[in-house]
Amino acid sequence: MASLSEEVLLVMKKVRQRKQDGTLYLMAERIAWGPEGKDRFSVSHLYADIRCQKISPDGKAKIQLQLVLHTGDSTTFHFSNESSALKDRDAAKELLQQLLPKFKKKANKELEEKNRMLQEDPVLFQLYKDLVVSQVISADEFWANRLGDINNADPALFNNKQEVGISGAFLADIRPQTDGCNGLRYNLTADIIESIFRTYPAVKQKYNENVPHDLTEKEFWTRFFQSHYFHRDRINTGTQDIFSECAKQDELGLKSMVVQGVRNPLVDLLSLEDKTLDEGYGVSTTLPSTSNSNRTVKDSSNSAIIKRFNHHSAMVLAAGSRKGDIPADQANETSSTDGNSRDSDFFQPPVKKVKIQEAIEYEDLRREKKPKTVPLNLKKSDRYAHGPVPLQSQQYKTGQDIINSLNYIRHEMVNYKPNLTQVLCSTTASSAIAALSPGGVLMQATTQQAINQMVPTDVQGELKHLYAAAGELLRHFWSCFPVNTPFLEEKVSKMKSNLERFQMTKLCPFQEKIQRQYLSANLTGHLEEMFQTAYSKFHVWQTRRMLRKT
Amino acid sequence: MKLNIDGLLVYFPYDYIYPEQYSYMLELKRTLDAKGHGVLEMPSGTGKTISLLSLIVAYQKAFPLEVTKLIYCSRTVPEIEKVVEELRKLMEFYSKQTGESNNFLALALSSRKNLCIHPEVSALRFGKEVDGKCHTLTASYIRAQRHSDPDLPVCSFYEEFDAVGRQVPLPAGVYNLDDLKDFGKRKGWCPYYLARYSLLHANIIVYSYHYLLDPKIADLVSKELSKKSVVVFDEAHNIDNVCIDSMSVNITRRMLDRCQTNVDTLQSTIQNIKETDAAKLNMEYSRLVEGLKEANVARETDVYLANPVLPDEILREAVPGTIRTAEHFVGFLKRFLEYLKSRLRVQHVVQESTPQFLKDIFDKVCIDRKPLRFCAERLQSLLRTLEIADVADFSAVTLISNFATLVSTYSQGFTIIIEPFEDRTPTIANPVLHFSCMDPSIAIKPVFQRFQSVIITSGTLSPLDIYPRILDFRPVTMASFTMTLARTCLCPLIVGRGNDQVALSSKFETREDFAVIRNYGNLLLEMSAIVPDGIVAFFTSYVYMENIVASWYEQGILENIQRNKLIFIETPDAAETSMALEKFQEACENGRGAILLSVARGKVSEGIDFVHHFGRAVIMFGVPYVYTQSRILKARLEYLRDQFQIKENDFLTFDAMRHAAQCVGRAIRGKTDYGLMIFADKRYARADKRGKLPRWIQEHISDGSLNLTVDEAVQLSKHFLRQMAQPFRQEDQLGLSLLTLEQLESEEMLKKITQIAQQT
Repeated sequence: MASLSEEVLLVMKKVRQRKQDGTLYLMAERIAWGPEGKDRFSVSHLYADIRCQKISPDGKAKIQLQLVLHTGDSTTFHFSNESSALKDRDAAKELLQQLLPKFKKKANKELEEKNRMLQEDPVLFQLYKDLVVSQVISADEFWANRLGDINNADPALFNNKQEVGISGAFLADIRPQTDGCNGLRYNLTADIIESIFRTYPAVKQKYNENVPHDLTEKEFWTRFFQSHYFHRDRINTGTQDIFSECAKQDELGLKSMVVQGVRNPLVDLLSLEDKTLDEGYGVSTTLPSTSNSNRTVKDSSNSAIIKRFNHHSAMVLAAGSRKGDIPADQANETSSTDGNSRDSDFFQPPVKKVKIQEAIEYEDLRREKKPKTVPLNLKKSDRYAHGPVPLQSQQYKTGQDIINSLNYIRHEMVNYKPNLTQVLCSTTASSAIAALSPGGVLMQATTQQAINQMVPTDVQGELKHLYAAAGELLRHFWSCFPVNTPFLEEKVSKMKSNLERFQMTKLCPFQEKIQRQYLSANLTGHLEEMFQTAYSKFHVWQTRRMLRKT
Repeated sequence: MKLNIDGLLVYFPYDYIYPEQYSYMLELKRTLDAKGHGVLEMPSGTGKTISLLSLIVAYQKAFPLEVTKLIYCSRTVPEIEKVVEELRKLMEFYSKQTGESNNFLALALSSRKNLCIHPEVSALRFGKEVDGKCHTLTASYIRAQRHSDPDLPVCSFYEEFDAVGRQVPLPAGVYNLDDLKDFGKRKGWCPYYLARYSLLHANIIVYSYHYLLDPKIADLVSKELSKKSVVVFDEAHNIDNVCIDSMSVNITRRMLDRCQTNVDTLQSTIQNIKETDAAKLNMEYSRLVEGLKEANVARETDVYLANPVLPDEILREAVPGTIRTAEHFVGFLKRFLEYLKSRLRVQHVVQESTPQFLKDIFDKVCIDRKPLRFCAERLQSLLRTLEIADVADFSAVTLISNFATLVSTYSQGFTIIIEPFEDRTPTIANPVLHFSCMDPSIAIKPVFQRFQSVIITSGTLSPLDIYPRILDFRPVTMASFTMTLARTCLCPLIVGRGNDQVALSSKFETREDFAVIRNYGNLLLEMSAIVPDGIVAFFTSYVYMENIVASWYEQGILENIQRNKLIFIETPDAAETSMALEKFQEACENGRGAILLSVARGKVSEGIDFVHHFGRAVIMFGVPYVYTQSRILKARLEYLRDQFQIKENDFLTFDAMRHAAQCVGRAIRGKTDYGLMIFADKRYARADKRGKLPRWIQEHISDGSLNLTVDEAVQLSKHFLRQMAQPFRQEDQLGLSLLTLEQLESEEMLKKITQIAQQT
């Protein structure tokens, strides 16, 4: 056996892989399979490499378990023990189910992060291809520098995934199914649990308090579904129900929301009426004057349902709009959804004014406005008005001036008479023309600028990649200076050899290629220059080190 | 733009105008010219308020002697504030156009609760508390007492206002509630009293109905307003109910118990004063001998708005001798109270007219009609004399005395019903004496009599002719305007059947039918899947909604709806409902979409607009008939039949349809808005129901959409929504439903405009 020191958690015989019988081992950190009769594993996966496991549906003839790796490969095991195949598979599945998440989190996060970065940044991806895939530097070296940046960066920046809201009907999705013997089965998924926790922080609190010390997870949810908290139409089941407290908390939350009132004065029904009739006046046809005492049980259960619906919708809405983490307590929750209290006069008028203005606005009666412009927001308007540097008054030409001078030139040209006695000799003239033609001595500058016309695009692209890759390597190289630790010493030497390797494997072929295409060799001149500078720096450093050593 | 309305120059603060606005102004001008009353129905969202304001302000400027004041009454506080803001816009436009600074004073008035700036008093939550607390600080005798005892608490704002605030009138301008508060804070004056004082010389007043219709308040606030005012009742579709409410009284046993303690307090206070300060009581006595002559003089010289509680005849007489002294009056009150208690001990329902009641009270406890009539006035005088600080404590005895005055004053238009228990709970004794007004014209009569023009307007006043009948007045103009539309932005559908052909109806017999409830649920579910953003559904009553919601919950329909939208439900608690409403709007704003289940006749249906994406569809489940088994309603129907020849069924249908129209009209608040209006009851298809819908809704109901199944309605809705989702620009409207000045003045358009108004 390859590693005897490992703890073996589960051994499963008669498992086939690629039509070969063998044994499946589940160990502390990996899963492995070896063919029958041999003492080495032909399949071995670290748990961290496994993305997920899949199982064949019940009722299928072949009972299989498939492992899908992060790389996209998959391995399928076929449980072939006739008597206990299903049981074996389920045992393996259960164990994997417990093991995988532990490794998943760690490995995944980094891997996903790298993957995301490569996908989002095409330049980086190219760099990765140039340097890592072509094995100029190792992947670890490549990432060593990068990930540091990320981890230090603002977490909000790379955690920019949009928050997903909660479906309004998540409780409805838990369809109870009868299991045939007078029981009900509820299907819970991680999503639903998440939704329940986010919508009802009180339940989450209960969960944290009771699981796992007092109850198992299963028991907790069983009680949850049995509670009147879940069945909103049930009235008080008794106090032993752990969720009765949640219901009370909800009630409190609802009450505090109500007490807080509403921001929009147009929907505030309390302040709608200007002058209510005093008690005793008016035709009271509907008002059921007495309180709950004479309401039937059915009535109050109905109104409980209505209250719950309002509460549920409000909570779902609040959970959706909450940013980031979920505030644990109710008070926090409500204050975050509503910034101002009803009594503070300070906030009320603006909201009110805006709402009223909105309400009386007839947009179609107005002449259509110009496209909306962004108002210039000046912190120091005087700086804007005077500017940092006062402009020099200059002699500007007016249009008339230009027309006049044009006319003058035209006039001159018409009257032009060549003075044939004072012309250049032909040789000087032709050399001057040569010097002034593209490519001539005086026209050098223009030819260099036209590089994008002279060089085919594929070469340009390649050159860009080379620049990027070389830049990256050089960055690594130069970041080692000043070399003051042994680690850096080692690194700088390595980087130097990397640079040399790069020059050999990438730059030289490119140079040959452009020579073959008869292009100007000084395309890569600057790159080489950069390499040379690095080398000379390295030499200086090395000689100095030698001197110090001797 | 500047308009020429029948020879009057009207400044209109927009660049474009809707044709119906022009037509509306024409009618309004005619009404003002005739110095008569008018009933005008114009769809909501077509700029009714700004048209009204533009024309009346122009009229005031052109004929300052003819119309001196505009009194604009609206229903709710936000409505009042909206009106003032529109007015501000108009005034700004005026000063921009004419270059003159505006010399108009316009202000809003609201209760103390909305205007108080006293740090402690304004922190109180309920209007009644604020009023009571204010009274303890500002009542005249409290302030008199303070001269001797300077330690008494004081409201500096009122003192300041009283000292200097009356000398200089409020500078011209437009004052909203917040502006008044700001102004008050700056000057250190009480905004509430400042506003009340400024009513007298303001050009435009905006306040709520109660200040004009409720005799108890109108007497305090509005009685000295100029006769040459134009009164506008906006959103007036429920004005009859407001009138009735302000004149009706309910007396419960609890109320009588509180009254008993009130009377006891009065007695002991009188005893105390008698020992210490008998002169005070004597002075009161002699004042009462003088009688209410002063008030009579004022009314005859037409300074005061008549108070329906205090009829003219009373004013000419002195307070009768039997209740002139304080002790006698308290004794009188005691007897009256005992009588009422004995009446509440009945075992069966009693219904009687006011003369019967008066005869009975005379037979049983020898109380005459005459002293009863003076009861309210006499109590006020006593409370003043006794220097009672917190009048709010004496609300019970005030109620009883008001009742006494009312019951002895009106022999017609009122009924007395004594119910020993509620119908639903016959075992629990809860006796109530309903003194119920059946004639809305009693409360509004002084308004029609006093002011030269009263305009009643709303988005839903159909059928127009019923309002003059129940309010007993003769309008010079009655007109209903349609909404000119460049695209049909409203889509009324009548869903009469479920997919299984079960007839949908909320009528009593099928109310509990599961098939109907299920089909209603289906309709909502299907709609929730296709309508974007907000849906509002109205039920006929709260109990009905509760039952349906419970049954939908059991059938799992609500869960399925939750997959599409969040659900919010109106509750009887206003604060809870406000929160639900705000969350509803939030859910519509952030794109999740929501459904609001609400009740017709509820607060939401009356006061909340669902503009644009807040209400892309309104579903009306059933016909919102009022609860017909109530005795009060039955009495009122009888009265309407006998007095106004309005058939019971006609009135009930009218009442149901105006509420239905209110509900569905909540969704359309302008021409750029659009929405579905789904009437889910087969009875809407009948001509007598459909014909009572406002014209602007009626004319879009096609014959093909009278009895749809749920599926058909869904298909039509999909089609409609897809059309409406196309971009809609100003150019599309221009020339059709939106006019420039030139287009307005073209011959052809003027001819078209005359067709917009339908005279009746």
